[in-house]
Amino acid sequence: MTTFNHVQTAHCESGVVSNMFRHYGLKISEPMAFGIGAGIFFGHLPFVKVNGVPGTTYRIWPGAIFSRVCKRLGVKMESHKFSNPAKAQQALDDVIAKGIPVGMQSSVYYLPYFPASYRFHFNAHNLVVFGKEGNDYLVSDPVMDTVTKIDPESLEQARFAKGFPAPQGKMYYPVSVPQNVDFAGPIKAGIKQACYFMLKVPMPQFGIKGIRYLAKRVRQYPEKQGDRRAALYLGNIIRMQEEIGTGGAGFRFMYAAFLQEAGTLLKKEELIAIGKDLTLVGDLWRNFAFAAGRVCKARVVDNSPYNELGDMLMHIADEEEKIFRRLSKVKYD
Amino acid sequence: MKKEEVPQDGDNLHKGTFKQLFYAVDQSGEYTAPVSSVGWEPENVALDQAWEEVEHRVNETRDQVLAGQKSPIAYYMERTLLDLPLLASKAGKFGWQVKRHMKPAVFKKLSTGMITRYAAIFSIPADVLQKGELLPFQRPQ
Repeated sequence: MTTFNHVQTAHCESGVVSNMFRHYGLKISEPMAFGIGAGIFFGHLPFVKVNGVPGTTYRIWPGAIFSRVCKRLGVKMESHKFSNPAKAQQALDDVIAKGIPVGMQSSVYYLPYFPASYRFHFNAHNLVVFGKEGNDYLVSDPVMDTVTKIDPESLEQARFAKGFPAPQGKMYYPVSVPQNVDFAGPIKAGIKQACYFMLKVPMPQFGIKGIRYLAKRVRQYPEKQGDRRAALYLGNIIRMQEEIGTGGAGFRFMYAAFLQEAGTLLKKEELIAIGKDLTLVGDLWRNFAFAAGRVCKARVVDNSPYNELGDMLMHIADEEEKIFRRLSKVKYD
Repeated sequence: MKKEEVPQDGDNLHKGTFKQLFYAVDQSGEYTAPVSSVGWEPENVALDQAWEEVEHRVNETRDQVLAGQKSPIAYYMERTLLDLPLLASKAGKFGWQVKRHMKPAVFKKLSTGMITRYAAIFSIPADVLQKGELLPFQRPQ
């Protein structure tokens, strides 16, 4: 049976990258995977609604971190999607029989080992299946503290959940992993891409502009949505921000940890300094979540707390913009 | 966030049994190993609120079903935390078709095959759905 060295991480996708690559002898920390994959982002999508509540994201779309890290580090990987669940299970069985751990996309609603209170229809969760015990699959889920098991029926449901983004049985695994990699180039490329996504995507819903866009909408919540929906929308912003350890503030801290590691590696003091300031922005996000949580709980009727929350977001946008402008101007020799 | 500021509010739906990791800085402002947390108040509040909303919708729909305004499909959709587009794609139908199935008169005429398909989506026995029994909803405690 394959042994898999499971380490709990803060975020599922960067965690899968870190755990899986280590299995092949390529050591990469979770923040480093997150940074090289340019995982940091912001987007507010009022048109993509789940159960009638608009979506907010604090990171890049699912799968992007993994594929970017692979490309930048020269890892070759296979990725498959399926329309037939039986074929998907067979393909999984074949690969793990060869002793290859397999990453897959899943819906947390169908993961029996997850705490019941977190089991909503969220389809972009990543986990690693690394073996079989009887009929059950052995799972290394990066956000759980130990390895766990899942029955084949639940796994099938999780892999073939419907909705956005549909996993379609997606599974992926490395076929060749280089042993010695120079991180310098990938780090620079990752930073450049993150700056582009935060500063230059030409749509108002994304990047720094997206934070301001959300700020304006939050101010209008009580008038446009009424108390009940306003509180609900706000609650969802917090959940997307804080759930499972990462979200808005968490990703900022993780990216700051990446800048520290990158700065040390490249001997670039400037990156470390920018990382320290980004830590402060992470704290602003936490303050926002804290204030928003209070508003949710109090179910306040008047506009003023929503205006204040909007102001907080505007301030966050300004500070975050400064960070990424500085980051985009760092010169490497 | 400093390491000692990592929140430890275990007053939540999983009673602090589920631990998450946070990146936080030490005294000298440096990140070392991530810190484990049992929960944080705003997240607990938001999660609680989300379940309250689910409960509210389930109860509202149950009343509508009992009043003969909607079919059990509508009730079980809410109970399984689905919305119309999700349920439709799972059932392999268009939204308007599923909406029709939520009319009590149309529901009565649904084929056994369709009932079985819905029952599988809702993870309930097909005869329960056929009879229009409304199994209770249990939010995570």
